[in-house]
Amino acid sequence: MKFIHKYGAPKRFYQLAGTFIPWFAGITAVLFVSGLYLGLYWAPPDYQQGDAYRIMFVHVPNAWMSMMAYVIMASFAATGYIWNIRLADILARVSAPLGASFTLTALVTGSLWGKPMWGTYWVWDARLTSELILFFLYVGYMALQASIDDARRAAHASAILAIVGVVNIPIIHYSVYWWHTLHQPASLTLTNQPKIYATMLIPLIVMSLAFMFFYLTMLCVRARSEILLRERHTDWVRKLVEGKP
Amino acid sequence: MTADVLTAMRSVFGRELLVFWRRSTEVMTALVFFVIVTTLFPLAIGPERHELMLVAPGVLWVAALLATTLSLNHLFASDYQDGSLEQLLMSPHPLSLLVLAKMAAHWVLTGLPLALLSPLLAVQMALPAKAIGTLVVSLLLGTPTLTLIGAVPAALTLGVRGGGVLVSLLVLPLYTPVLIFGAEAVAASAGQGFASVAHLSLLGAFLALALSFAPWASSAALRVSLD
Amino acid sequence: MSDGLFAARGLACMRGDRTLFAGLSLELAEGQALHVRGPNGLGKTTLLRALCGLSRPARGEVRWRGELITDLADDFTAEVAYVGHLNGIQGDLTAGENLEVARRVFARRTTPPQVVSEALERVGLRAIADRPARYLSQGQKRRLALARLLVLRRPLWILDEPFTALDAASVVGLSALIGEHLAAGGLALIVSHQAFDIPGIEDFELARYSRTRK
Repeated sequence: MKFIHKYGAPKRFYQLAGTFIPWFAGITAVLFVSGLYLGLYWAPPDYQQGDAYRIMFVHVPNAWMSMMAYVIMASFAATGYIWNIRLADILARVSAPLGASFTLTALVTGSLWGKPMWGTYWVWDARLTSELILFFLYVGYMALQASIDDARRAAHASAILAIVGVVNIPIIHYSVYWWHTLHQPASLTLTNQPKIYATMLIPLIVMSLAFMFFYLTMLCVRARSEILLRERHTDWVRKLVEGKP
Repeated sequence: MTADVLTAMRSVFGRELLVFWRRSTEVMTALVFFVIVTTLFPLAIGPERHELMLVAPGVLWVAALLATTLSLNHLFASDYQDGSLEQLLMSPHPLSLLVLAKMAAHWVLTGLPLALLSPLLAVQMALPAKAIGTLVVSLLLGTPTLTLIGAVPAALTLGVRGGGVLVSLLVLPLYTPVLIFGAEAVAASAGQGFASVAHLSLLGAFLALALSFAPWASSAALRVSLD
Repeated sequence: MSDGLFAARGLACMRGDRTLFAGLSLELAEGQALHVRGPNGLGKTTLLRALCGLSRPARGEVRWRGELITDLADDFTAEVAYVGHLNGIQGDLTAGENLEVARRVFARRTTPPQVVSEALERVGLRAIADRPARYLSQGQKRRLALARLLVLRRPLWILDEPFTALDAASVVGLSALIGEHLAAGGLALIVSHQAFDIPGIEDFELARYSRTRK
């Protein structure tokens, strides 16, 4: 507990994140470059879809990250709510737009992938539908945060919403999948790839790691600016802003 | 002590019914909304019975869902404004149980009449007679879940800018599983005669889950909103 | 530390991201009352809400009979009566029904039904007990909110501006009521800008702990 409070002090986190950011950013860049090389060049074209399937290397990691970011956001929010830790509130708050943009990217790439596969940009595919609802959940979370002025109440209110969301996401997810199988039993879907070969799996894993480190980097960057904004009345921020040579 | 809690819950329940009885117009608006929205669909789609029958389960369920969402504001808003809610937080009983009593009253005043009224609208929407029973049962099982889940956003948005619209934004994504299985149950018994029992039992499972989770979550939400 | 029944130690409260007051300590023993004073904006209401457990203070602790109120939870609220800025009166119910709900939901099971009519009598609302509460005047609503104190019979009274909208006679009546409560061993915390006369009440200047910059 003491440990959390020591490193949970926004000032301490601000410095810590500052030293980590260059490392995270570097790893992200390396992973992206190698992932894109592997995915766009090294992996052979699919015998059915040709080169069109390569958008999967962006779509699938984003779909994974969109779910993971929600769970991470809800965990931060719950930590902040239960133990009254402000740093956790801040991390949850800055995590939301990141998760929402992963969701949006998954939606856009999914519909771009859909064009060659189905001949149309939007099909009520199970994954796309459940991503869309997830996107609505993110929008609701951010709208609630934005409409409450008091920072602590905003954090705690949206924490409860996020916890309710986490309980609901698996239910929504499986409901949508079930609904989908009932209505379109035999069509080709994004969800069930016929077979994933090692040549596809390796770029997919590298790209997923790249997006994960991208998320970490952005989380640190955004948390730092949010900390400065919230602590603007304190002496250390004032010193930092004025005293920079 | 337990007897005390039951008395308190019964009194809260009775109080809600009495208050809403005296302002019956508010209860009626949700019902009238339900009726009007379903009436709009034949006007938009056309009176062809076969087409109406195809969309009827979805239309009836979406209308019920929207009507419930509309009525969520009654749950806490006026008690928040006059300070009764503050007093409720200072009661010597578990807040979640008193909130549960409020939710029960809310359902009796919105979900229950909605379910009872639905056969009439089902006839209007050309739903086959054999599906009407399923419709009523699905609404009886589904609308309490809607009230339970909806109470959380309703509590979170108390005194917040644009609270009314925000509630719908927060609550509608959470309603999707209930909508899917509710409408599916009705469609199943209207169509090829698939057993709708599976869907109905899933609606029952959602209700059980919501019953165990929502009172706790909404009382936590109330404490945050009144902090 | 002395055997204060109700005690707060090292209390700090925030509004938004600014600290209102910090390091606040107070103690109340049986039959004791505090009059919390200070200019607007110091956080008097915030203090009262933190003391009765409605809001979480940023730092510090509040104890009742030596135990933290956050641990006691419902057992603590069973000992407190809070009258805030809002009266907590449902306008569509009559004055009598409002108190009856208070008795059934909030009071102990042993509370006899006649406390409701006695309380109405005491605050001078007996004659209009059947009138919907929304037709009452501001002062009458305030008196109805205060009548709840008599129905609940709690040892600790936390009152936020209880004298607002009351006429001179009612101010005297309420002061006497609080006096009786203290004489019977009760405790009271009162925020008020109005002058009132209760024997033995001590002043508590919130400004001493204030952190708000002028």
